[in-house]
Amino acid sequence: MVDLAIKIASLNLGNPTILASGVMDEDAESMKRVFTCGAGAVVTKSIGLKPRGGYPNPTVIELEHGILNAMGLPNPGIREFGEEIKKLKRSKVPIISSVFGSNTGEFVELAEKMQSYGADAIELNMSCPHAKGYGLEIGSDPKLVKEISYNVKKTVDNPVFVKISPNLMNIVEIAKSAEKGNADGIVAINTIKAMKIDLELKTPVLSNKIGGYSGKAIKPIGVRCVYEISKNVDIPVIGCGGITTGEDALEYIMAGASAVQIGSAIYYRGIDVFKKICKEMKNWMQDHGYKNLTDLVGVAHK
Amino acid sequence: MNYPTVTKITSVKTENKDGKTLLFNFPEKMVPGQFFMIWIPGVDEIPMSVSYIDGDVKGVTFRRVGEATDALFKMKVDDRIGIRGPYGNGFLIDGDRILFTGGGTGIATLAPAVEEAVFNNLSSTVVLGVKSKDELFFEDRLRSCGAEVYVSTDDGSKGYRGLASDLAVELLNKDKYDSVLTCGPEIMMKKLLDAFKDISFQASLERYMKCGIGLCGQCCLGEGLRICVEGPVFDRETLENIEDFGVYKRDASGRKVLFKS
Repeated sequence: MVDLAIKIASLNLGNPTILASGVMDEDAESMKRVFTCGAGAVVTKSIGLKPRGGYPNPTVIELEHGILNAMGLPNPGIREFGEEIKKLKRSKVPIISSVFGSNTGEFVELAEKMQSYGADAIELNMSCPHAKGYGLEIGSDPKLVKEISYNVKKTVDNPVFVKISPNLMNIVEIAKSAEKGNADGIVAINTIKAMKIDLELKTPVLSNKIGGYSGKAIKPIGVRCVYEISKNVDIPVIGCGGITTGEDALEYIMAGASAVQIGSAIYYRGIDVFKKICKEMKNWMQDHGYKNLTDLVGVAHK
Repeated sequence: MNYPTVTKITSVKTENKDGKTLLFNFPEKMVPGQFFMIWIPGVDEIPMSVSYIDGDVKGVTFRRVGEATDALFKMKVDDRIGIRGPYGNGFLIDGDRILFTGGGTGIATLAPAVEEAVFNNLSSTVVLGVKSKDELFFEDRLRSCGAEVYVSTDDGSKGYRGLASDLAVELLNKDKYDSVLTCGPEIMMKKLLDAFKDISFQASLERYMKCGIGLCGQCCLGEGLRICVEGPVFDRETLENIEDFGVYKRDASGRKVLFKS
């Protein structure tokens, strides 16, 4: 029997497919549905201290080889979102809570609250590519990444993952900074800064003009980032970016990922894409004589 | 591909003092109850139900209520909008005798369903509910297509005085119908759902929407149902399991907003 169960930090997951932040994760029931559709864990929408409506539409469009979005970190604020975490906690769903802040204090406060509501792990969003004062603007500074990780870790017992951006020349340095700040894992990658201009109207389509590109097109970039990061850090890496099939997931695993996050693929293959990907991973492993997924982690480095 | 196609408005109809219909070419097949994401460049992109299905020509009908609909209200023939879709499931038009109940702009969503039912020789009775007679639209259109049309107004300025759902309940008490199709204020639709437990029922729901393609989770309700993919039309069995139905919606940030009764 092929076994897809994995352990990341203190999290035991039935399988390595995790719902990526920002997709079907604004309320407890949606995340429960994704879990029922086969996800091993879910990451919540990225939550800040105060409610944010996000940018006006258009916020999401499909392009030829991927999805372009600039949502603008919409979220109901930590206090109201607490109700969703508490509700979700009553089911068996492993909850990774994504948070975004503009400074160390905000990240610490958010992580502490998420833990108190019942989150099983925290994901620090240091990579949103299109929100002023947040995300990438913080995640591109190695000193800040280390300082925030360190202070959050000092405050909470939960495992802490740092989600980093591919829109950087020093991605390895940033990952190392998170490790030095005692982070329990790295999530790579967030979306890639991109733009679409409509020829007829001669204007960018997204209301924010610049957005983040996800989906099939960015997979090779994600695989490269995971490969480089996992070669240089000793903490686990969770791969993300364009994973649509079991083969895609295995490619990330071979590059060094211990688990994978899936978002845009819900659009391409439906919510039960998690089950589909697990089945495809199992089939491949069976055909190639592998019993445990952990035996494949990072094999491309050898 | 789910990318807005920029197209010119081919015709504008004034429905009443705050309501208009915009018509445009959109050759793709659609069923009544499905919707578009309409991009008003520089302003917003909003979900709008199809209100006219006439071969390649489709239309949307709206009331001026905010920035996006204000901008649409000012549009003229040859102005350009972006359109993506069609999205959602649409109505299943079924049963020998159908009662349609539309409240406010919900009437726009129901109109093509009424026309299809009449076209299929199904007996079609329609309740059009508005606050006051100057907000009424589509009365002549639906009458002339062959439906039996009743009007209700909150202020009694025309037809029945009261809510569309109250008039619909009276009709349901008087005659036998196989099916109820409704679109309008959620509290009205909930009343109608609860009034008769043994009649086939479909309601078209509305929520703040962003992606329209089942990803962002903004329009989710009940047990993770997406208005844009699994909806916007839900049947009785599904609605009875949606605890938010008629109770609350979510704003752009995801905060719960209670419906006012």
